[in-house]
Amino acid sequence: MMNYENMLSDRAKIIKPSGIRKFFDLASQMDDVISLGVGEPDFTTPWTIREAAIYSIEKGKTFYTANRGLLELRKEICDYYQRRFHVSYDPETECIVTVGGSEGIDIATRALINPGDEMIVLDPGYVAYTPSVELSGGIPVSITLRHEDQFKLTPELLKAAITPKTKVLLMNYPSNPTGGFMTKEDYEKIVPIIKESGIIVISDEIYAELSYEDEFCSIASFDEIKDQCIVISGFSKAFAMTGWRLGYVLCNPIISKAMLKIHQYIIMSAPTAPQYGAIEGLRRCEDEVLMMRDSYLTRRNFCVKAFNDMGLETFKPQGAFYVFPCIKSTGLTSDEFCEQLLNDQKVACVPGTAFGKAGEGFIRVSYAYSIEELKIATEKIKIFVDKLKNK
Amino acid sequence: MEDRLLLRLLQKNARMKITDLAAALDESKDHIIERLTELEKEKVICGYHTIVNWDLTNTEIVTALIQINASPERDYGYDRIASHIYKFEEVDTMYLLSGSFEFVAIVKGKTMQEVAHFVASKLACLDGVTGTSTYFVLKQYKNNGVVLIEDEDGKNNRLVVTP
Repeated sequence: MMNYENMLSDRAKIIKPSGIRKFFDLASQMDDVISLGVGEPDFTTPWTIREAAIYSIEKGKTFYTANRGLLELRKEICDYYQRRFHVSYDPETECIVTVGGSEGIDIATRALINPGDEMIVLDPGYVAYTPSVELSGGIPVSITLRHEDQFKLTPELLKAAITPKTKVLLMNYPSNPTGGFMTKEDYEKIVPIIKESGIIVISDEIYAELSYEDEFCSIASFDEIKDQCIVISGFSKAFAMTGWRLGYVLCNPIISKAMLKIHQYIIMSAPTAPQYGAIEGLRRCEDEVLMMRDSYLTRRNFCVKAFNDMGLETFKPQGAFYVFPCIKSTGLTSDEFCEQLLNDQKVACVPGTAFGKAGEGFIRVSYAYSIEELKIATEKIKIFVDKLKNK
Repeated sequence: MEDRLLLRLLQKNARMKITDLAAALDESKDHIIERLTELEKEKVICGYHTIVNWDLTNTEIVTALIQINASPERDYGYDRIASHIYKFEEVDTMYLLSGSFEFVAIVKGKTMQEVAHFVASKLACLDGVTGTSTYFVLKQYKNNGVVLIEDEDGKNNRLVVTP
């Protein structure tokens, strides 16, 4: 028999299997697992969006759209970014509708990275970032974010990571997995460094609508570096549309054109029915988005208190739907903690290490669950933590 | 704390414990109790009711929507005639509307006859009521934001662990 392992490309071999996968396998073998491990909203997509997509299918809108996506949708997206976050883009030349934010990350990276180029990624960070750099032949350079900074990107950390080979900084605020947040003031400190170094920023703003006490600030809203920024976003989190796989990329026309070339060969165009659904979402679902955000906010408060009360230090994240409790006091590693918790109480959380080395000592807890579910789950985690203390 | 958040939580679950409300709103229990008392006093909170699907019980219950035409009165407008209607025990909910009739009343009774009797002998005879049309409810799908029939929609099919 042929050795198919030898047939695989170096790039396919170099990327590591996701740390999430291991936990998924463990948890899905068990019955009645209470999961706090999910990175998607618990809300079903608002009916008006679903109805609009169904209607588009009924009307026979089953063909490819323009490579960039329906112009009608791109206009809505650009209006929305202007209205909500005060950054303006031209729907004709600066917007591409993608298959989820994930495709946006991929085509942005591929459009910019040459083999040997350095791309800064933040650790802990979303699982797909480092592999995306590796698939482009680039060199991922991690910045280790600090708990004491609430996992913000500070000017000191950024300065220290930039070398002459640095081409791109990839960041994601509000953050999955930490819930870390960058305010306008936080950005003001790093914008001059970005400007001076001339690097490109890929800013994954998928959780923008899930910002709580502080108003969300897009890094692209700083005029002096706007053209250096590529905004990645989508409908998954704010509009509860994960399964529809619809996102978008906003950036200057030159980079956008390059990304479009890649997009048109690998994807052609994002699926059509979801695009019609998304138009409806942007036009009519602001109230639903607000309602969901309100729910997440109260759940966040509930979780932060529950974890701090059980002795696991947890800062109050200003965005997304994750808390990132520190479990160092238990003496266990993140992996051990999550595995034992799963076996002992059938509660699934994700070890911080699934999101990078700097996640050691933390667990990611999603609060995209009802308060009733969160209550049951956190009570079980408390039982587990109390047992550890008494050992 | 924003009242909106407190009210939304209670609207979803009126039985939510004060401790949980306090945790969810990042406030002290005392503050929550104080605010609730105020909201009750101001009639912002008008009660903590249970949505019952009587169709699934042995209790006989008939619901009718009644359109009511009425004439306004000097000094009172529609409010006095309305009060003569809504004070009846049988009237569950009542609204003043724009359009071709003045009020709609949601009326409950044990049987259709009972509701019909109420309309004919009480409602339609009131001074100022000039006409009624009665619509009996055949099936209840949704009440106060809650879907009351079997529906796959709410079922959550998320994977156990996702990135």
